[in-house]
Amino acid sequence: MKIKLIIFFIIFNLSIVNAENSSLDPNNIFKNLRCLICQGQSVADSNSEFAQTIKLVVKDQIKSGKSEREIYDFLIEKYGEWIVYKPPLNKVNFLLWLLPYLTFVIGGVIIFLLFKKRVNS
Amino acid sequence: MPKKLIKISILSFIIFIIVVFFLSLNKTTIYDTKGLVGQKISNIKLDHFSKNSIITEKDLNNNQYTLINFWASWCGPCRDENSILLKLNKEKNLKILGINFKDNKKNAQNFLIELGNPYDYLAVDSLGKQSINFGIYGIPESILIDKDLVIIKKFIGPISKNDYEYIQSIIGKR
Repeated sequence: MKIKLIIFFIIFNLSIVNAENSSLDPNNIFKNLRCLICQGQSVADSNSEFAQTIKLVVKDQIKSGKSEREIYDFLIEKYGEWIVYKPPLNKVNFLLWLLPYLTFVIGGVIIFLLFKKRVNS
Repeated sequence: MPKKLIKISILSFIIFIIVVFFLSLNKTTIYDTKGLVGQKISNIKLDHFSKNSIITEKDLNNNQYTLINFWASWCGPCRDENSILLKLNKEKNLKILGINFKDNKKNAQNFLIELGNPYDYLAVDSLGKQSINFGIYGIPESILIDKDLVIIKKFIGPISKNDYEYIQSIIGKR
């Protein structure tokens, strides 16, 4: 009985993962892609030749079962990180990603110290 | 002590922000393709312009150098670069692959009849999807690759006289 239950949950989880993949919304991907020939527009906002082609390619890749990450990686390989609005974490931009958390922690420490000082006095 | 620490922290944070803004605002944000030099082009599967065949990496591996040129009959600057491409076509170490981009076949044929055909291979990319595999974002655009299909240089816009001399200097080296 236990084994049957485990198998059922494995199959159920796999079908959920597949359903998520097939329901990948291309518009969310377009919004995170920069139109390289437009002024401050995303691929989603633009109707340029370049944006239209990118939209076709992204839709094709979704159809062929590629994940969002794989699509971004493909486009980053071809156009560089500039094409995505939200670049992946790497050694060049790690500070950009870590700074908000760092600020949050330092701010917390400062507030704690001030609070502790007020209590002591 | 904590007061001093807070002051130092706030001051260093402000200095850090100023330095980050100073460096970032002085940096150019215009897209260029320098980062793509040295990359290998793969998954080439191009429909031949007139034959019922496919052009792949194998066709280009035999060439010392290949210039991949994206063009269309509706593109004005493509007319300007055609005469330079015809000159490059005479170079021994270089083969030119022309990829006709989102074009009407008849117009493309007329373009080549009128101005001359500089291409050793002629492919067609009617929907433009293949252009993404080459990192193209507008035409005309050209890519100089070596026999290992590694990008030596990308030329944005029409091939100029300077570009012609540059290509000559590269292909003449070996």
